[in-house]
Amino acid sequence: MTDVRQTWLIEWLKKALLEVQEYFKLCVAAGRGAVSRPFYARDVMEQIDIIGLGSLTVVVLTGFFTGAVLALQSGMTLDQFGARPFVGRLISASMIKELGPVLTALMLAGRVGSGIAAELGSMVVTEQISALRALGTDPIRKLVVPRVLAGSLMCPILTVVANAVGLTGGWLIALTQLRVPSGVYWSSVVQGLYIQDVWMGLIKPVFLGFVIVTIGCHVGLRTSGGTQGVGRSTTNAVVAASVVVLVVDFFLTRLLISIFF
Amino acid sequence: MRHKSLAEFGLPVELAEPHAPVVLFDKVNLAFDEKVILRDVTFSVRAGHTKIFLGASGAGKSTILKLMLGLLRPDSGTIWVLGHRVDEMTETQLMGVRHHMGMVFQEGALFDSFTVGENVGYKLYEETTLPLPEVRQRVEEVLGFVGLSEHIDKQPSELSGGQRRRVAIARAMAAKPTLLLYDEPTTGLDPITSLTIDAEIIKLRDLEAVTSVIVTHQLRDAFYVATQSASRDVAGDLKISPATQAKINEADFVMLKDGRIHFEGSADELRSSADPYMQTFLS
Repeated sequence: MTDVRQTWLIEWLKKALLEVQEYFKLCVAAGRGAVSRPFYARDVMEQIDIIGLGSLTVVVLTGFFTGAVLALQSGMTLDQFGARPFVGRLISASMIKELGPVLTALMLAGRVGSGIAAELGSMVVTEQISALRALGTDPIRKLVVPRVLAGSLMCPILTVVANAVGLTGGWLIALTQLRVPSGVYWSSVVQGLYIQDVWMGLIKPVFLGFVIVTIGCHVGLRTSGGTQGVGRSTTNAVVAASVVVLVVDFFLTRLLISIFF
Repeated sequence: MRHKSLAEFGLPVELAEPHAPVVLFDKVNLAFDEKVILRDVTFSVRAGHTKIFLGASGAGKSTILKLMLGLLRPDSGTIWVLGHRVDEMTETQLMGVRHHMGMVFQEGALFDSFTVGENVGYKLYEETTLPLPEVRQRVEEVLGFVGLSEHIDKQPSELSGGQRRRVAIARAMAAKPTLLLYDEPTTGLDPITSLTIDAEIIKLRDLEAVTSVIVTHQLRDAFYVATQSASRDVAGDLKISPATQAKINEADFVMLKDGRIHFEGSADELRSSADPYMQTFLS
């Protein structure tokens, strides 16, 4: 029984290591593809549209209601200390440093990561990837590089949008529910922010966007087992990307704090 | 039309000499984990000839095509395609060889986000420097060749199974390959539609001088392709008629069984084989 367990564990570890190795190989190939020819610029623009504009609605809604609920919750807590006018400071610090990047990334993991895994997975099982290679096209350059570039570029932009909308949501609640004047709220927002916070909020999404898209591509391109496999890949991509987003966010935050502060 | 030359891909070897084999497999072995797919497979395909692989599902037929294209690598043995040893080439170098090859996949493998015209002209649009009007002209030409000119702006999902297969053939031939690989081109199609696909294969072989490697388990289609030939009469009209004996001899059959070559010979030798497995397969 112990032998069976050991064998199972070794096999599981081997598979996990193989996945990690293949993931890093994909990242290296994508990096190389981004700086050498042929470069499919039209596909990059197309992906910017799909990943960026396509995710705008979900990011705006998430950002707005996160900012609003943050104002509601923190307003109650701050009241205990008579610090209600400082609600703007709390919202700006939370949104720009942490919630904006992470929630945007999680939304993208759900929308973009799953979409990429499903699309590439379907292309694998219907032999479209093999057809691409047979036609002389490198699937990494044609499919992965444009998505990685678009994801790494659009995630910070979407995060800025989410932050702006979140602060606006917080302002609406502060104004209408907490009766904090607009001037007090916005000056509190600015006072609560340091330039290092802004950098942190802009640097983190670049890496999170990269991670989401590369995981989606990796899982999609390793799909097997027909349509059932596509479904499995889609689920795996969302779960893996969501967890990795939180893990990467932690380590990046540690690193950036040690650099900036 | 300008393809990238083989030298641009860093390939030192010239294309195959006129009468040298276009494809050569030498003692090729391949296994996935414990499952052996191919054992000691050795054969060659000469320029302008047709090689037809027969065998039951899982016999390793489609794997042979993927090995030719370099989509898979053998565990041992050597594979020469168009004068290049593809089993030890890098992916970038393989792109150079693939520019001279075309493949028709089992279900067509058309890009479902592209129109028929974009699918057919994909290689020319993306991988050559051909001006767009010339690409369009070539796309119309090859779609005319397979009789689908009027479908150029449709999506693949709007076509029937047979039409999709013909679009796949048009896509494979658009860049004027010297070697075309067909993976079960007629599987799942009705007999009438299958005949139209067979006719396209014959036309490409006889009118465009394309070397053909066909994987199928449809015996009727295999014999039809081997024993018919295409020609144009004085008025330029296309005619499919019984081939001469010399032409028939240019088509070789290979029967795979459990990853090994069980039989190799002409259509007549296949028909007259007394081997029990062959008899079962032919019955």
